[in-house]
Amino acid sequence: MKMPAPDQDIIARRAEIISRLKAIVPGEGVISEEGELSVFECDGLMAYKQLPMVVVLPESTQQVSDILKACSELGVKVVPRGAGTGLSGGALPLADGVTLGLGKFKKIIDIDYDNRCAVVQPGVTNQAITNAVMDQDFYYAPDPSSRIACTIGGNVAENAGGMHCLKYGLTTNNLLGVEMVLMDGDVIRLGGKHLDPGGLDLLGAVTGSEGLLGIITEVTVRILKKPETQQAMLVGFDTVEAGGDCVAKIIGSGIVPGAMEMMDKMAIDAMQRFVDSGYPLDVEALLVIELDGPVAEVDFLVERVKTIAESVGSTFLRVSQSEDERMQFWKGRMSAFPSVGRISPDYLTMDGTIPRHRLPEVLTRMKELSVTYGLRVANVFHAGDGNLHPLILYDANQPGDLDKAEAFGSDILKLCVEVGGVLSGEHGIGVEKRDLMGEMFSEDDMKQQQRLKCAFDTMGLLNPGKVYPTLHRCAELGHMHVHGGKLPFPDIPRY
Amino acid sequence: MVEIFKPETEAQVLEAVQWAVSNKNALEIIGQGTKRGLGCPVVAKAVLEMSAVSGITLYEPEELVMTARAGTPIAEVEAALDDANQMLAFEPWSPKYMYGCEGGTVGGVFAANLSGPRRPLVGAARDHMLGFQAISGRGERFKSGGRVVKNVTGFDLTKLMAGSMGTLGVMTEVSFKVLPKPEKSRTVLLIGATFAHRAMIAAQCSSYEVSAVAHLPHDIAGRSSVDYVKNAGRDVTAVRIEGPAPSVTVRCQALRDVLAPLGVSVEELHSSNTQTLWAEIRDLSYFTDKKQIWRLSVTPSEGQALAEALAGEYILDWAGGLIWLALDPSDDAQASRVRGAFTNGHATCMRAADDVRARIDVFQPHAAALAALDGRVRAGFDPHGLLNPGRMGGG
Repeated sequence: MKMPAPDQDIIARRAEIISRLKAIVPGEGVISEEGELSVFECDGLMAYKQLPMVVVLPESTQQVSDILKACSELGVKVVPRGAGTGLSGGALPLADGVTLGLGKFKKIIDIDYDNRCAVVQPGVTNQAITNAVMDQDFYYAPDPSSRIACTIGGNVAENAGGMHCLKYGLTTNNLLGVEMVLMDGDVIRLGGKHLDPGGLDLLGAVTGSEGLLGIITEVTVRILKKPETQQAMLVGFDTVEAGGDCVAKIIGSGIVPGAMEMMDKMAIDAMQRFVDSGYPLDVEALLVIELDGPVAEVDFLVERVKTIAESVGSTFLRVSQSEDERMQFWKGRMSAFPSVGRISPDYLTMDGTIPRHRLPEVLTRMKELSVTYGLRVANVFHAGDGNLHPLILYDANQPGDLDKAEAFGSDILKLCVEVGGVLSGEHGIGVEKRDLMGEMFSEDDMKQQQRLKCAFDTMGLLNPGKVYPTLHRCAELGHMHVHGGKLPFPDIPRY
Repeated sequence: MVEIFKPETEAQVLEAVQWAVSNKNALEIIGQGTKRGLGCPVVAKAVLEMSAVSGITLYEPEELVMTARAGTPIAEVEAALDDANQMLAFEPWSPKYMYGCEGGTVGGVFAANLSGPRRPLVGAARDHMLGFQAISGRGERFKSGGRVVKNVTGFDLTKLMAGSMGTLGVMTEVSFKVLPKPEKSRTVLLIGATFAHRAMIAAQCSSYEVSAVAHLPHDIAGRSSVDYVKNAGRDVTAVRIEGPAPSVTVRCQALRDVLAPLGVSVEELHSSNTQTLWAEIRDLSYFTDKKQIWRLSVTPSEGQALAEALAGEYILDWAGGLIWLALDPSDDAQASRVRGAFTNGHATCMRAADDVRARIDVFQPHAAALAALDGRVRAGFDPHGLLNPGRMGGG
């Protein structure tokens, strides 16, 4: 993975750029000392590191607008950053770029229970939204595993998911509005407390745009009333196929569980060793199924799921009998990453989505790849929606191991696309999967997507080098191909 | 003379659009043409009719996904789903009462982002659309999204295409999420709510997972074909509950307890009456075809007061967040009065004569910076403004 070569002219003007930024954000809001900059050198994708030219931490929409206007004038690139928990390198700094951190946008502006929404600044963490509304028994549904640390602005940028998006949707399905600043400094509002934004759905297009389209300065999200009860089940199987079958039958019978997670033997072992979660060690696949809703419904569905599980040959089945036990069932799955961290010095987290019924085939081929590359892989899987998280175990201290792990990861993602899936279910493309975009999209597909960027950011200064493998100038993207066009197309029926 | 092209394959669609691009001829893009009354009237030299690019290409009920060519009749899609006891959960409305046309295509449903009463629970058409294939106004094939629910690969052009009324590209194929039909549906009716908006909020914000909340003022309720509603003699607030039978029974009772103190009395509708009532609300069967109709998407708690202030016939859906307003015909459909009545939200003139729609902003005008951005986005897809020019205004 290569980033675009830094512009030496910009680097030579660093002092001037810093003083322009200091004029906008006074005090400690501009960070330029090397020691302090190192805090920002990477995000959750720690394999790639780069010191930013300078970091700026504005406190108001006006400051964000002034910074972007100044950077546009100076031709300086800008990389937006929330909490830096992203897993695909979307917030990886540029040597010739300003990293713009939203960490000071921490206010909860308005909680409106009647309209089931909360208006917050982008630096508020995902979990803090739920915390702010839980005394009224409300919560914010999308729950990425980093929710204690990750910010809602970053969630919007990445279209973050989580365990419960099977039933409640991703960020994009729970977002009502944003205020955002465009690269030229213009401030726009999309949506609000009403349910659909009206006109072209720019709100939908901005969600998951990985910081390439604008800087979000305010977010309105939908909050939901907590379900009356939640119950979790552990269901184990002798084969991965039987586990996959169980998932298909549950969905096929019309049940949409709050969450339905699956893990393979290596993952089960790692998690159970890390924390006692009641997981059986003698199964090949384990499902954690959560049913939520009114008590009468949950009781009824638990019985139905039990019947289905038994019909496909489950060898282990336990239903949580208390809130404590439900939490215990989740403990292992929630600590998937640290558990795997315990059995391997390093690991890569992959994030493809596949049509569910292709799972057994994908897992089999992944095992073969594991042998070919000589690297172990543990699988956790948002089984209900087909989102696969293979964790590739490697040792960064072994020369060549990272390269091998990355090649293995690429092969897995290519496999996902080959069976009808996609490169990323919830972690984003960033720099990590950028060079694989061609597996899914044609040149024309990608150019059309980049024309959207041109509409938001004519000079291509916002987070360049991310998501798209080839940088095109907007003028070039605007050129029209000349088609033959004079033919009377004899094949088309005309009336 | 307006020429009509009726391609049967994607390759022919591509050819037709490339012809239009080369000759800078505008195209009106239609499916079956059932919703031509929506948006500004389009003036174009040729019509591209997509209804022959038809057929379901993939349906995997256990994966909850379907892919269909854009011109597939929506009735064909719904029949296939019916067979597997599944549905389009966002409840697209039929243009039957609105435009006097039955039918429509699946491409048209997504291009217009039609969503019905279940929208607050499950999302709009845009939330169910997973991916598409299209031809841009540059005469190039492009796609976005896929056939899986969880996908953040590249910009989400799928959302942008939903509701773009054929102005960004000619969709040739769409993939979308489908859901199992609920086992059981019932409706709790609150008759004579003291404060309808309070009752709607109480239902919507309860933990009983209601699947729709609407309000019919007494004169409108009198036009229902469901006796309990028709003969209520007062305003009727309706709350739908869906799910497995034991759950529905318990939740209905709980909601009756919540709602009873908020009005004169409560009633309960069983399956077939529930189906009839919500089809009426979804398709808007209550207004005579003389009326001009507005659709206002507003802050839900403000909906009722706003609707009353607008002094026309109305019903409220989406727990107050959606106002269907019917006004006596006028030259400007009272556009400035309607839009002057609220600050947050937007209003679309859904039905008025062609000359009226040509005269007013059918869609809510944007603030300057957003309008400029909107224009640049459109230019990226259709630089010469050849696809349904002006249909969404600003043309």
